Amino acid sequence: MDRLSSGVIPYAKLGYHDPDYEPKDTDVLCAFRVTPQPGVAPEEAAAAVAGESSTATWTVVWTDRLTAYDHYQAKAYRVEEVRPGEYIAYIAYDIDLFEEGSIPNVASSIIGNVFGFKAVKALRLEDMRIPLAYAKTFQGPAHGIVMERELLGKYGRPLLGATVKPKLGLSARNYGRVVFDALRGGLDFTKDDENINSQPFMRWRDRFQFVMEAVNRASERTGEIKGHYLNCTAATMEQMYERADYAKRLGSPIIMIDLTVGFTAMGSMARWARDNGVLLHLHRAGHSTYTRQKNHGVSFRVIAKWSRLLGVDHIHAGTIVGKLEGDAATTKGYYDTCRDPSTPASAAYGLYFDQDWGSIPGVMPVASGGIHAAQMHSLVHHLGEDVVLQFGGGTIGHPMGVAAGATGNRVALEAVIQARNEGRDLVAEGPAVLKAAARHSPELAAALTTWGDVEFAFESTDRPDGASE
Amino acid sequence: MRVTQGTFSYLPDLTDNEILAQIEYAADQGWAVGVEHTDDPHPRNVYWDMWGLPLFDLVEPGLALDKVNACRAANPASYVRVTAYDASLGRQTTALSFIVQRPAVEPSFVLDRTDEGGFTLRL
Repeated sequence: MDRLSSGVIPYAKLGYHDPDYEPKDTDVLCAFRVTPQPGVAPEEAAAAVAGESSTATWTVVWTDRLTAYDHYQAKAYRVEEVRPGEYIAYIAYDIDLFEEGSIPNVASSIIGNVFGFKAVKALRLEDMRIPLAYAKTFQGPAHGIVMERELLGKYGRPLLGATVKPKLGLSARNYGRVVFDALRGGLDFTKDDENINSQPFMRWRDRFQFVMEAVNRASERTGEIKGHYLNCTAATMEQMYERADYAKRLGSPIIMIDLTVGFTAMGSMARWARDNGVLLHLHRAGHSTYTRQKNHGVSFRVIAKWSRLLGVDHIHAGTIVGKLEGDAATTKGYYDTCRDPSTPASAAYGLYFDQDWGSIPGVMPVASGGIHAAQMHSLVHHLGEDVVLQFGGGTIGHPMGVAAGATGNRVALEAVIQARNEGRDLVAEGPAVLKAAARHSPELAAALTTWGDVEFAFESTDRPDGASE
Repeated sequence: MRVTQGTFSYLPDLTDNEILAQIEYAADQGWAVGVEHTDDPHPRNVYWDMWGLPLFDLVEPGLALDKVNACRAANPASYVRVTAYDASLGRQTTALSFIVQRPAVEPSFVLDRTDEGGFTLRL
């Protein structure tokens, strides 16, 4: 192929499609779900994605010849049809294409221009294999699961949390009341919601003060370490640092940011959290705008990988049984991605590549949204032990009050863990275990009566192609 | 007050059989089982006194329960907890920790507030 002939050149012929290419251990690998425009061959569409996300532009440029261009070209090395008109394109990128330790750089490359490309009707980044050589250039979680447990002195069970409700409108004093009652009742954490920042009804400094009074009072009552995710999300980094520093001065063990702050701000706050010994909770606000639809956008498993690399300690990763989107197999894939030292490729869980995290610690996944005490056995069965289970409505909406709601959740959790450790089958015996535990806990009994039949049974929009029915 | 540290503090106090079942679970996971006691259950008191060394490679879970009972007999008015330790790569931390004895009257804590220049008072 003559790289100097003028005009629009097929990407495949320029070397962006190379079925013989053997990916190197140090390559960044991507799996894209590609829906080509009618008349565009899948290999050409895949090559176009590879080209646009690496070195190419729409026409041939002679300045290519000033570089060892075949080193810098991404290569679509496999293209598979998965549904009619829909293909998975596997693309390899040399590690030299990326700045060390920079998720913004990865994002600008891999999901930069290419998603608007006319030759594809829809495009989704399903998964990435981050080579260990590149992974080790990132900070990783500020503390990670093991250190979080040691900081809190809490072992052998999921942690419990609740988001203060109503999300907006409470004064600082009333807000702290909910925090105090939820924590003294038995929760480990309470949480600001994603859109609680510093509004006219409650400014951030006032909230921080009343909340920390509530947290400390709850510790005094229970002899346990308690915490509240103080949301430091703000318009500028300077304001975020100011809020984080104040949270630390007040003794908060944990702060929070939203995904909406962007990858650079997330990385900055992760460094701050590591340097200051404060846990960092990430609320994935806004992710569903691009993660939810199966044929276009970016899968959450990619966002989970980026978040683990850049260094948060907590990330919301779905509940399976709650009110928000979350197919069981797909969600298991997210949880494994957050927690495990390595994850094997698994068609059933939507994981396209083997991923080795080396010694990078795990991120604590958070399950939040429409879950309640009567589902405790299912939650432990599906999500395991290293997870924060957050019951907002399922704590604050308890008919006997916030503290009773918290107690009901804690009793349910401890009873389920005890039963699991005794070798009992949670799926079959879970409801009986909860019922037995409720005999010594009126709080749990009331929760089971109130929410026992509530479930959210909707078809999921994003199931793995390889998932069994 | 009731100190609610540990994995099972919101359940009725565990019976010896229930304690043994948890020890068996820990032994099955390959975890080392230890017994610790203290008179100072402050949440920041990480280091309770160890009652001997943890039992590694525990094949007879009853031995760990014997340790629990010896510790309880020698420290009848103290907090006693069982800890299970996971030494596997990537964990190397406590895997389970639960209180198996507490004093008849548990001490309470008093919050010592410090002045942070705002609403909070030093008392």
